[in-house]
Amino acid sequence: MQDIQKSFAGVVALADASLTVAPGEVHALIGQNGAGKSTMIKVLTGAYRRDGGSVTFAGGPVEFTSPLAAQQGGIATIYQEVNLIALRTVAENIFLGREPKRWGLIQWPVMNAEANRLLRELGIGLDVTRPLGEFSTAIQQMVALARAVSINARLVIMDEPTSSLNEREVDTLFGVIRGLKERSVSVIFVSHRLDELYAVCDRITVMRDGRTVYAGNMADISRLQLVEQMLGREIKNEGAQTGFVKSGAGKAGEPLLKAEGIRLGQRLTGASVAVRQGEVVGLAGLLGSGRSELARVIFGADMPDAGEVTLDGQPAHFRTPAEAINAGLGFCSEDRKAEGIIPELSVRENLTLALLPRLARAGVVDTVRQSEIVNRFVAQLGIKTSDPDQPIRELSGGNQQKVLLARWLATDPRLLILDEPTRGIDVGAKAEIQRLIGELARGGLGVLMISSELEELIEGCHEVTVLRDGHSVARLSGDGITEPELLHAMAQGLEPQDIPAQVSP
Amino acid sequence: MSGTASSARQARSGGGWQTLLADLKQVRASILILLALLIFNALFTPYFLSVQTLNVNLTQVATIIIVAMGMTLVIATGGVDLSVGSLMAISGVLAPLIFLNPVFAGAQWLGIALAFVVPVLVAGAFGVLNGLFVTRLKLQPIVATLVLYIAGRGIAQVITNGQLQSFSTPGFSYIGLGRPFGIPFQVILMLVIVALTYWAVRRTVFGRSVLAVGGNETAAGLSGIPVARVKVAVYAISGLLAGIAGLIVIAINSSSDANQVGQGMELDAIAAVAVGGTLLAGGRAQVLGTLFGALIIQLIRFTLLAKGVPDAAALVVKAAIIIIAVALQQRRRRE
Repeated sequence: MQDIQKSFAGVVALADASLTVAPGEVHALIGQNGAGKSTMIKVLTGAYRRDGGSVTFAGGPVEFTSPLAAQQGGIATIYQEVNLIALRTVAENIFLGREPKRWGLIQWPVMNAEANRLLRELGIGLDVTRPLGEFSTAIQQMVALARAVSINARLVIMDEPTSSLNEREVDTLFGVIRGLKERSVSVIFVSHRLDELYAVCDRITVMRDGRTVYAGNMADISRLQLVEQMLGREIKNEGAQTGFVKSGAGKAGEPLLKAEGIRLGQRLTGASVAVRQGEVVGLAGLLGSGRSELARVIFGADMPDAGEVTLDGQPAHFRTPAEAINAGLGFCSEDRKAEGIIPELSVRENLTLALLPRLARAGVVDTVRQSEIVNRFVAQLGIKTSDPDQPIRELSGGNQQKVLLARWLATDPRLLILDEPTRGIDVGAKAEIQRLIGELARGGLGVLMISSELEELIEGCHEVTVLRDGHSVARLSGDGITEPELLHAMAQGLEPQDIPAQVSP
Repeated sequence: MSGTASSARQARSGGGWQTLLADLKQVRASILILLALLIFNALFTPYFLSVQTLNVNLTQVATIIIVAMGMTLVIATGGVDLSVGSLMAISGVLAPLIFLNPVFAGAQWLGIALAFVVPVLVAGAFGVLNGLFVTRLKLQPIVATLVLYIAGRGIAQVITNGQLQSFSTPGFSYIGLGRPFGIPFQVILMLVIVALTYWAVRRTVFGRSVLAVGGNETAAGLSGIPVARVKVAVYAISGLLAGIAGLIVIAINSSSDANQVGQGMELDAIAAVAVGGTLLAGGRAQVLGTLFGALIIQLIRFTLLAKGVPDAAALVVKAAIIIIAVALQQRRRRE
């Protein structure tokens, strides 16, 4: 791709962006949100039409007019958020649009057998005749990958494939990527996790503000240089890997929120967690360990079968999120697109959504106060938007996340539940959000943070509760929060007598 | 990366007129089509530019617009209401039963007052029923409202035994025939309802909740919006407005026919909403767009009639123009 240019309604998204990927090469594409990575990929796959520049693929100039054309041309894309059909079976999803047919009828046995074989090659065994929606995000992503592999693509584009995978799944994925490489299939790998880039990529292209600012061998650039290239400036806190600044130990005292012995079907089998004022409590565990489910129960989005939730020592069994919000809770879901943003509405409306009832007099929204609040948070959190009335779907992931954070901060909560608050956003925004979480806690807010990132848990939390198979298996605090301890607890758990007593390393 | 954001532009909503302008800009495709139709008629249809033509067109379209306002809200939540025509019929047959009832012979004003209120409330109650079907029974809106689409007209016929009720009650007929300041009363009513709906969508918590529920139901629920209550409310409003439209129709005709009142209204209303640029998937409500959409459809009907195009052919032309209008709106959105 040479000198690609693209603008949206006068806003330049790409200016002289270039990307060269050799056959059989794993190529990292990296940059902050809004740097133009996604736009670049969409231009390549024909989802957008470029304003200028040229694209050469497999020796000749190409002009894909749609993602389908690109797919037929040998470019497969796996998007950040899985774009498959939840209600159709796994096999159908893998073969969507190119089902094995005879006389116009789908050959189900052939399709199912083939799907099974493909997944087995990726090291996954599951019932391919079940609807895709029944499986976890990670499995769905593997299905998307199986789909790409089965197209015999010559170039596979992976847009943050690892953001919802656990370590074992990431290893599997890397195995698949190396396998692709041996078959001289090229991979463009977009990720914000530097470790992964160094682990699997050969070359790298760094983008910033719609331009290519660096292209070279992965081995020739250090992490620090990489991040500097990406941000276009030197970073100050070189030592820390996250934006958290530890504020010493959490405040002592009675828990603000306490959930004990929560049960919900098969998914929660006795989960407990407690958060004190001014404390960041991490909720760790593998996918499917029940972290988000526990958060939803606390927030009143799901009704538990059994268990105690108390707020300030008083029973607090919220039946709806509205009740929880009134009691001073906030909940940022992990799935920004499906459960967070209202895409058609503006930044302003999205930001004040939870606050609306309190912004109104006799049901009429006080727009003056609304603007005040919106402007304050846009400035305070550094939300990059051309106008508060811009639809939120046009913002980058990191900025959407900031709007959602602001949605809850605007309600002046006492306890904020954050489910993967930094997933899928760039390094810069990530550090900002992490720093913000720390500041909020110092200001007295109780924070319950679900995270799959060990650095985030280790550096950001005063206490970490580890869940496994729906119940709490460990509670680590202070210096006891270390990588081996966390991994150990997540993987095997500790003996029952250790719960919920604190574990000393 | 902060810095720059603090200079975010001053919010637009400060001036109400600016908001209105922005909203009009969003539906400019339908405005352009409407203007084209107006210019065409002004040039080629004799006597088009007369108060009488204007009044004829506006009285004919008023009921569609009133019903389409409710439909806009329902569609904005991602639903649809097929029962509006049948609810018009129910409201239409109830009113004469009340004001012609011998019980009110001594106090006709009371009968007429009740005839305005009760049928509309009954239609609203049926709307609530639609809403409960959707929220409690989790029926798909198209199926949930199909129930009353079929049953509603049946109920209306059962109430009247299928008889046509004729009446001459000037006090009641004012809603369809009255002309304060020379303007048909239902046109004034229609404009008030449009203004109220527009204001509600723009400025009230309810209006914003409707858009949030239609835009992303899960997210809205997690943000504390009472999703079920909002949905019941939009179907109730749709029912109430259908009830009002039913009264206007029978007042114009001075008779009430359970079989005819509101016939095909659901499709006219949905067409007006679609032509007006509201996403059928929900999340948006172009109230002004719906207004223009209904006017476009009415003007097409009038133009074809004035040109002597046979009825059957006119329907085809109408459909074609609706498709073009919707396609134009869609293309604008994809920019």
